[in-house]
Amino acid sequence: MMERQNLGPLHGLWSLTNRELKKWYKAPFILLLSLVQPVLWLGLFGKAMNLGNMFTSGLNIPGLNIPKQVIDQIGTELIKSTFGTTDYFSFLAAGMLSFIVLFTSMNSGMMIVWDRRLGFLNKLLTTPVSRGSIIMGKVFSAVIRSLVQATIVLVIALLLGMQFRPNISALDIVGTYVALFLMSLGLSSLFIMLALRSTSWESQMAIMNLLNLPLLFASNAFYPVKLMPSWLKPVVEINPISYANDISRQLLLGATGMNSIWFDFAFLLAFAAIFSTLGIVLSWRYLNS
Amino acid sequence: MSSPAIKAINLTKKYGSLLAVDHINFEVAVGEIFGLLGPNGAGKSTTIGMLTTLVKPTEGTALVNGFDVIRQSSKVRASIGVVLQEYTADEDLTGWENLMLAASLYGIPNDVAKERAKELLEMVELANAANKKVENYSGGMRRRLEIAMGLINRPRILFLDEPTLGLDVQTRSAIWTYITKLKREYNMTILVTTHYLEEADAYCDRIAIIDRGRIAKIGTPKELKESLGGDIIMLQIVGNVDLAKQVIMSIDGMGDVRIMDNSIWITAKDGGSMAPQILEALNKNGVRVAKISITEPTMDEVYMKYTGKSLREEQSNWEEAMSTMRTIRKARS
Ligand SMILES: Nc1ncnc2c1ncn2[C@@H]1O[C@H](COP(=O)(O)OP(=O)(O)OP(=O)(O)O)[C@@H](O)[C@H]1O
Ligand SMILES: [Mg+2]
Repeated sequence: MMERQNLGPLHGLWSLTNRELKKWYKAPFILLLSLVQPVLWLGLFGKAMNLGNMFTSGLNIPGLNIPKQVIDQIGTELIKSTFGTTDYFSFLAAGMLSFIVLFTSMNSGMMIVWDRRLGFLNKLLTTPVSRGSIIMGKVFSAVIRSLVQATIVLVIALLLGMQFRPNISALDIVGTYVALFLMSLGLSSLFIMLALRSTSWESQMAIMNLLNLPLLFASNAFYPVKLMPSWLKPVVEINPISYANDISRQLLLGATGMNSIWFDFAFLLAFAAIFSTLGIVLSWRYLNS
Repeated sequence: MSSPAIKAINLTKKYGSLLAVDHINFEVAVGEIFGLLGPNGAGKSTTIGMLTTLVKPTEGTALVNGFDVIRQSSKVRASIGVVLQEYTADEDLTGWENLMLAASLYGIPNDVAKERAKELLEMVELANAANKKVENYSGGMRRRLEIAMGLINRPRILFLDEPTLGLDVQTRSAIWTYITKLKREYNMTILVTTHYLEEADAYCDRIAIIDRGRIAKIGTPKELKESLGGDIIMLQIVGNVDLAKQVIMSIDGMGDVRIMDNSIWITAKDGGSMAPQILEALNKNGVRVAKISITEPTMDEVYMKYTGKSLREEQSNWEEAMSTMRTIRKARS
């Protein structure tokens, strides 16, 4: 009575990935909700409390008769040397791309906690789908979600006044996506592995809440490394988010970066390779035990 | 004689110091409906878990469809269908989507899957609800969907863990109708756990009673009931009860003989043919009988004897627990 079954090593992988994506785009409200934060930051820090304006909002020193142009010139130079670009809003917008990728990738961990709680994972384990596909389906869907959300944030930022550098090429955009892809791959594998091992969704939530904002603020997403206190710098300099931002700012905005772009890519590649291997191997071993 | 569909060999699972399943051995023949019966925590789900490769045995192993659950786990998985005790369908998807997902997990080509999903939805009477999200299904609908999902790969063995728990009488009987149909039409082997003794009695070919990780008794429902010593004959005596008891005890083939008020309870194999003998002997000795009844022992007595527990109390606890769980889940979503 048994009959043709295509039991390749990757069968079911696309269905599992698609399942997660379906859950996501079928709930547009939650999708929109996750965009609120980065857009809010953009409005708040990028528009209302624009750090860049500090330097150019017409400094006036009584007694000294410095022409306005000179002051503005000095201000502009100051901004450029701190942020690497004269446009703080665009600087921040690039940072928000990694913000949304970070949050979306982290959330992927929650999905597997639910699957375990609701019995779905157990059912999966009784089917001939490979354990690797179960995990990779999670990782892929997290990466796809991250990149789509990042695209939406990018479009919103452009509508709000983000400026690409004048001579931008398609390759710059591709490079940015590669950077975000690598970051998402490493982060989602890591959080899926943590989620599989955590005993409850409460503890998984706790881990996420413990890590998300600190990870974000201990990066160059809002604020350039240059102005950070020396004790914080080492953290920022191993934070993958900083590297993704450094790449997107150099490529999209033509900003002066903290490292050469090749060093940034090498770092992210190593990060993604190490954590996705670690995450996938450990998860696989867990599911097999 | 063909080889058994399932063969458990010293199958054992330890959780820390707890022996959840303790060196059990049994065989299930092809085409048999085999029931696992036992109180909460007896080890039924753990046994099913090991047979379906979900739980790794601590010791021993099992052959399922001839494949070793430890060394050939993916072959086992491809050849069986599993309906777990908890609901496993994805609540955010429709019944149809869940079936198609299940099909892809078994590597079933799309065109075949569509046809089969349609057929299965018809069978479990969910065709009308196919495009509804599962979160809107009732408990009975969900259980029927789970069964359809367990059948998507046309398994040779179907494992069902508490398929009727907490459902109304009508749904329960519908589910048993599907199960017996699968056996009849496809010669499918079915291993099922249940808390409902009447169901096990009515539908299982053989039953294993499990208690604290061990098999206390195994056999057909008839054998299990006979193992209690046969039928129960009750006589209402007019006159000397003690004399009546003496007379009865002298007849061959009597089991327990007990006096209760002015009645006598007897357990005897084949009560129907013993009763006339008893009446004749009593008549000869001048003892008058006002009333006689012969009843077969039920699974309740069997269960009580081998587990020392009455299922009645347990059952109500279970249903309570299940309904609480369902409420919690509803509240969460
Ligand atoms: N993952 C686990 N970790 C620790 N102990 C477990 C685990 N799974 C089951 N047990 C224990 O093993 C024993 C057998 O559990 P099992 O679920 O097999 O019982 P059951 O017969 O299916 O009971 P029920 O009728 O309640 O479903 C129980 O004492 C249970 O607490
Ligand atoms: Mg159980």
